[in-house]
Amino acid sequence: MTDLLLEDLTWRSFSLFLLAGVLMLVLILGFVTYAIYFERKVIGWMQMRIGPNRTGPLGLLQSVADVTKLLIKEDTIPKKAERTLFILAPVITFIPSFMVLATIPYTPSLHFADLDVGILYYVALSGVSTIGIVLGGWASNNKYALLGGMRSAAQMISYEIPFVISVVGVIMLSGSMQLSTIVENQGGGFWHWNFLPQIIGFVVFVIAGVSELNRTPFDLPEAESELVAGYHVEYSGFRFAFFMLAEYVYVFAIAALTTVLFLGGWHAPFPFLDFIPGIIWFLLKFAFNVFFLFWIRATLPRVRVDQLMGLGWKVLLPLSLLNIFITAVYYELFIR
Amino acid sequence: MMYTNNYVIVAIFAALAVFLPVAALTVGKLLRPSRPLEEKLTTYESGNEPVGEGQVRFNIRYYLFALMFVVFDVETVFLYPWAVAYNQLGLFALVEMCIFVSLLIVGLLYAWKKKVLQWTSV
Repeated sequence: MTDLLLEDLTWRSFSLFLLAGVLMLVLILGFVTYAIYFERKVIGWMQMRIGPNRTGPLGLLQSVADVTKLLIKEDTIPKKAERTLFILAPVITFIPSFMVLATIPYTPSLHFADLDVGILYYVALSGVSTIGIVLGGWASNNKYALLGGMRSAAQMISYEIPFVISVVGVIMLSGSMQLSTIVENQGGGFWHWNFLPQIIGFVVFVIAGVSELNRTPFDLPEAESELVAGYHVEYSGFRFAFFMLAEYVYVFAIAALTTVLFLGGWHAPFPFLDFIPGIIWFLLKFAFNVFFLFWIRATLPRVRVDQLMGLGWKVLLPLSLLNIFITAVYYELFIR
Repeated sequence: MMYTNNYVIVAIFAALAVFLPVAALTVGKLLRPSRPLEEKLTTYESGNEPVGEGQVRFNIRYYLFALMFVVFDVETVFLYPWAVAYNQLGLFALVEMCIFVSLLIVGLLYAWKKKVLQWTSV
């Protein structure tokens, strides 16, 4: 991939890029299918249940069956809904979720676009998904959907600020926004990984990241007990599936981004373990991050809306700003 | 260096991201039944007849958070290039950034004092 990126663009390299993109799309769909299965199994075990085990061997075809069911389900659009926006909303939510994956490096040679504005590209695009959610809530012309969409927008913009600012420390240490450069700077043992010198940034990033995903304990937009299902209450069939798909693609993206920014990407935790290929290390850290998201979903209760906003603006934002200056002092004392 | 190649890939990802929902929803159209009834097309309201407008008034607080978001998002636009160039800039830029951020923190403290950040102040 790296060599191809340096060559002139020909039909051959273009078709290879296209093939890689299609492969990534198929891979993502596979990941989402089994992430849902895995999530249900893990939460089942944590709650002393079995989880899905009927459809296919060990229940492995459960998500496939669910998706097929959604595909052949009748699609109702309420008469009062704003038709065009209603149709557009799930698509607008999904598009950026897949586009952000273009810039994530997996190993030094296995990556797609190696943008020098990598992080900026990620945060700029992931913010666009909020528009889709607000649109979906508004276009439904439904009270629950509108309130859910508004909550979601308020939550996502409140947590986007600490999310974005907590990465500034990492950029300062690496002197670059290019994700591959950031990973290269973390080589040589786990004590060089960014999560140790950037411990405040790391904690803020993880909390804000979970909140950006709209997942428990921050899944207020879809608080079933008070808002039925939030912004997607009027959606059925495959349009609903695209909201869910976008959420799980973001699970992939956040898990990969955390690995890249804070957990040393493809680097081994100890130098003597370097003989194991980088992709294995990447996948191990990535799988742990995905598991972590499922784990807290089974463990933590949902927070209240006032607690949510208070945490974002009164705790995480000052902490992430403080982190910048701690990083600056650390840089002046130990690195310069 | 053919840097534009990177953006070709981004464009391919964008095209695929548009293609998937369009294709899936088109295929779905052929597969799914469509028997609309008057009852199916009413707005959902927990089984009751929908009361009044769908687009109800909502808490003004959402608007205040949106305003705060704009302020701090612009701040991050300034922070990012500063952070990239930090190792060449040195102490002077650090002091400058301290002043800039503390001005914004004054704004945050003002909003805090005015109970903008508190969900139930009224």
